Amino acid sequence: MSGANRIAGQGRLTPAKTARFTFDGKTIDALVGDTVASALLANGVHLVGRSFKYHRPRGILSAGPEEPNALIDVSRDAARRQPNVRAPVQEVFDGMKVESQNRFPSLAFDIGGINNLLSPFFAAGFYYKTFMWPKAAWEKVYEPFIRKAAGLGVSPTEEDPDHYANRYAHCDVLVAGAGVAGLSAALAAAEAGARVILVDEQPEVGGALHFDTSVKIDGQSGYDWAQATAAKLKAMENVTVLTRTTAFGYYNHNFVGLVERVTDHLPKPDKKLPRERLWQVRAKRVILATGSIERHMVFANNDRPGIMLASAARTYLNHFGVAVGRKVGVYTANDSAYEAAFDLKRAGVTIAAIVDNRDKPGDAVLTEARRLGIEVLTGHSVIDTKGKLRVSSMSVARNGGGSARSIAIDALLMSAGWTPSVHLFSQSRGKVAYDAATGRFLPGTYAQDCLSVGSCNGTDGLQATIEESLAAGELMARATGNEGGNKLELSGENAFEWTGGMAGAAEGAGIDTTVKAFVDFQNDVCAKDIRLAVREGMHSIEHIKRFTTNGMATDQGKLSNIHGLAIASEVLNREIPKIGLTTFRAPYTPVTFGALISHSRGDLFDPARKTPMHAWEEAHGAVFEDVGNWKRAWYYPRSGETMHDAVNRECRTVRNAAGLFDASTLGKIEVVGPDAAEFLNLMYTNAWDTLKPGRCRYGIMLREDGFVYDDGVVGRLAEDRFHVTTTTGGAPRVMNHMEDYLQTEFPHLKVWLTSTTEQWAVIAVQGPKAREILEPLVEGIDISNEAFPHMSVREGKICGVPTRLFRMSFTGEAGYEVNVPADYGQAIWEAIWARAEPLGACAYGTETMHVLRAEKGYIIVGQDTDGTVTPYDASLGWAVSKKKTDFVGIRGLKRPDLVKEGRKQLVGLLTKDPNVVLEEGAQIVADPNEPKPMKMLGHVTSSYWSENCGRSIAMALVAGGQARLGQTLYVPMPDRTIAVEVSEMVFVDKEGGRLNG
Amino acid sequence: MLLIYCPYCEEERSELEFRHGGDAHIARPTNMADISDEEFQEFFFLRDNPKGLIFERWRHIHGCGRFFNAARDTVSDKFYMSYKAGEPKPDIPGVTTATEKTVETYEATEGTAK
Repeated sequence: MSGANRIAGQGRLTPAKTARFTFDGKTIDALVGDTVASALLANGVHLVGRSFKYHRPRGILSAGPEEPNALIDVSRDAARRQPNVRAPVQEVFDGMKVESQNRFPSLAFDIGGINNLLSPFFAAGFYYKTFMWPKAAWEKVYEPFIRKAAGLGVSPTEEDPDHYANRYAHCDVLVAGAGVAGLSAALAAAEAGARVILVDEQPEVGGALHFDTSVKIDGQSGYDWAQATAAKLKAMENVTVLTRTTAFGYYNHNFVGLVERVTDHLPKPDKKLPRERLWQVRAKRVILATGSIERHMVFANNDRPGIMLASAARTYLNHFGVAVGRKVGVYTANDSAYEAAFDLKRAGVTIAAIVDNRDKPGDAVLTEARRLGIEVLTGHSVIDTKGKLRVSSMSVARNGGGSARSIAIDALLMSAGWTPSVHLFSQSRGKVAYDAATGRFLPGTYAQDCLSVGSCNGTDGLQATIEESLAAGELMARATGNEGGNKLELSGENAFEWTGGMAGAAEGAGIDTTVKAFVDFQNDVCAKDIRLAVREGMHSIEHIKRFTTNGMATDQGKLSNIHGLAIASEVLNREIPKIGLTTFRAPYTPVTFGALISHSRGDLFDPARKTPMHAWEEAHGAVFEDVGNWKRAWYYPRSGETMHDAVNRECRTVRNAAGLFDASTLGKIEVVGPDAAEFLNLMYTNAWDTLKPGRCRYGIMLREDGFVYDDGVVGRLAEDRFHVTTTTGGAPRVMNHMEDYLQTEFPHLKVWLTSTTEQWAVIAVQGPKAREILEPLVEGIDISNEAFPHMSVREGKICGVPTRLFRMSFTGEAGYEVNVPADYGQAIWEAIWARAEPLGACAYGTETMHVLRAEKGYIIVGQDTDGTVTPYDASLGWAVSKKKTDFVGIRGLKRPDLVKEGRKQLVGLLTKDPNVVLEEGAQIVADPNEPKPMKMLGHVTSSYWSENCGRSIAMALVAGGQARLGQTLYVPMPDRTIAVEVSEMVFVDKEGGRLNG
Repeated sequence: MLLIYCPYCEEERSELEFRHGGDAHIARPTNMADISDEEFQEFFFLRDNPKGLIFERWRHIHGCGRFFNAARDTVSDKFYMSYKAGEPKPDIPGVTTATEKTVETYEATEGTAK
């Protein structure tokens, strides 16, 4: 038995195929193909959740993705748990666990229900007014309380063990929605030979044919025709049919995001299958056949469990074989709800009455109702309902007043008409237009190559929909160059044409009433809240939306937007189009983060770049730091050493013996061509034509505005060949900057640029024993101080491997940088290490590199400069050519602000107490006793303990810094004020004897 | 995601392969060192930010690496055309450049703030 309310002979599920799951711990018998909603209804469960703010009991409102009430927590196991799943969308599988949300201690008795009684205090916008004072209470008291009380589900705490897939696809025609319109359009496009992708969010195609059993197409029942058509399309090579797949986002240039739910309906999914698959489709043409969504009626207490959309009740009956009640009332402003009553009546359910707020419903439905013996109350309205955990009666009164009559019911079906689903159209940046005659927003001006067909386009009538869709399918196929196929014809017939519909508050919930007539169920927004918002001065629909939270729930206003608009329009006395529709945003329905990030998680979240010597460094205990995407050896602690100990030892060892440093991450660009020197003259402040082959020079690159952009040592290998180095982080942008100028400003220059960052492994050997270490390994290069002085470059071999050997230093010691092809990096490192270690050298990391360079006052672009520093500010004026008539930044440097007195300049700082190490970023002031706000003179850019100096050292940007040498300034910290003396930036070997030795 | 035609590769490729490069047709003065502050301001700092037609630079950075120019509508993101660097600014038939008068300001659309 799969539920007492399952009616034999009704629906399309197979009675023998059963599935069993639990709802709040209670076992529920279901059929394969059921949704959680249909299975619960089959078992007489209407109460499934509590509302967001008032904690009112709520039931199942819809049979589709528009569901605002029935949000549940679904789990397969502890880690595979997802909150806020819409019960009418989640298919059941054997063994699934379903929990209701937002209730304590239980669904039937919820303490939070007190909010319903206190609701006068919770009017729209109450957050903004109530919790203003005291200010400190917001963070500690109000916010945690509100978050706990007003909530949806609870996030999973365990890591998601499932995997997700991602693929790209291209097609001629993408059809979104596989109801009558979508299937017809896809068929016509496919028959013409177009590559077609057809998607539908439901497990089977058919759309409204799921419930509308009065439809016949080409003599077949509508639903059977849909399945047969889908089977035919699937068999065609040029067609992909994707069900359980939502077109959730329509982006630029016909780029559409689809999410396919692959395993969420399976009891034991194959582990190889992804849970979901993201499709990123580029379609030459798009056909939107997204249908329409039925609206509820807005009247007092319209939210009790058992009150639902008429089409939903029809779906539960005709597709799932479930009667939503035994004695059912209908409240409508639209003909379509009558057919729900007819279907239920024929299935043996009592229809208490059809209450129609119109005086004149469609003749055909009225005649049929009379024939079936159903009482129809025209010109009447439901003005209230009763029933604690499920609706038990409705109060019906004649429009305009009069006494109310109570009618006992156990379910109430409602319909205020149909809202075309223009979500994707609007996302495509198409402009909707208001059709006053039918009170609908319809596709107006198109922005992309797409067409809307069927009810999302406002097309009424089955045959008209079929013909429009077939024509659109063929047109789009022809537009993409497909010439096959013949003109298709299909004939459809249905029992009734639907008329009617209304938007806004119904009888008894109008202006001057204070009843709870819900517009947005999930966010507990009533008609009176929207009126309050208008009274409080919110006149734009965007403001009303934010003040009341109407349409901001997970259903994104699929049911509530039009009602909210109509209510605002009435109060403001302005036409609906004048108030405007809020913008539709992707995604159409919620999309999991898993689907969006796909494989980009864990190690694949962000790629790590490793140098050729990484494995050696790892084996020798290096601790790594992230520099951009690079993993760089930070320091090499020996057993028992703290970072501080290790860095101090490395700093001492390099100055006393030698050290090996992996400098492979430095950016490298090969600049080649007859005009290479001229090009570099334009890109750097320095003069390059005077640099002799075999020599190097430190270069500064500016932006056009005169600020330092990058720096690095450039070696000239030949008249027409330069080896340029950049900062590690700057490599890609410097390359882009050079390419930009070369291609667009100086295209007459014969120069070629190649990024060689990853081609060369770079081993820096620094210290007094560097030459002794390298000498026996190098072939064909005389590395004596005389033949190979500081700032030289030679090509030769090391250990038999080709090398570009640089004599250069970022430590202030005599040093070399050995460039070898990357594949040889580790082997050469090991060969050098074999010589170095016995001579007392160590491997050192980036932290020691930073300390050693600071001891010499060498700047790091991006640390000691911040995009507002000129070469003069950084005491690098000597590197700016005075003779050149042009280079990038030459004019920027002369801007009035850049030549002004008192600019921040880079200087050294020595703390009065040598043991105090300043904090990088700390602010500097002249008068420590000045009242706040104090005048900031600048900030500390680099600060270290220098083991070699036996004291702390720092660099800082200080206003008028050069003129303050010797002055005492102050660094105020939360716990104390530190006195510092402004100094030169070179702290070690001011004469450079070590460098040139 | 935009689909951009690279005039060097002669095909449409995904936006992922490109990098935007700011306004097009702003020539760097050949007498750079001698221009006035006003001229430098005009050249380096001031941009129009039009609503509608814009001529802009793109680089096919993850493709051929070339810089090229494109005419695009900043509202619809429709590309009218793209063309090689160095070619003159083309006329886009039926499309006019936005002027101060056609730019929507808050005052023009909403009136004075109350």
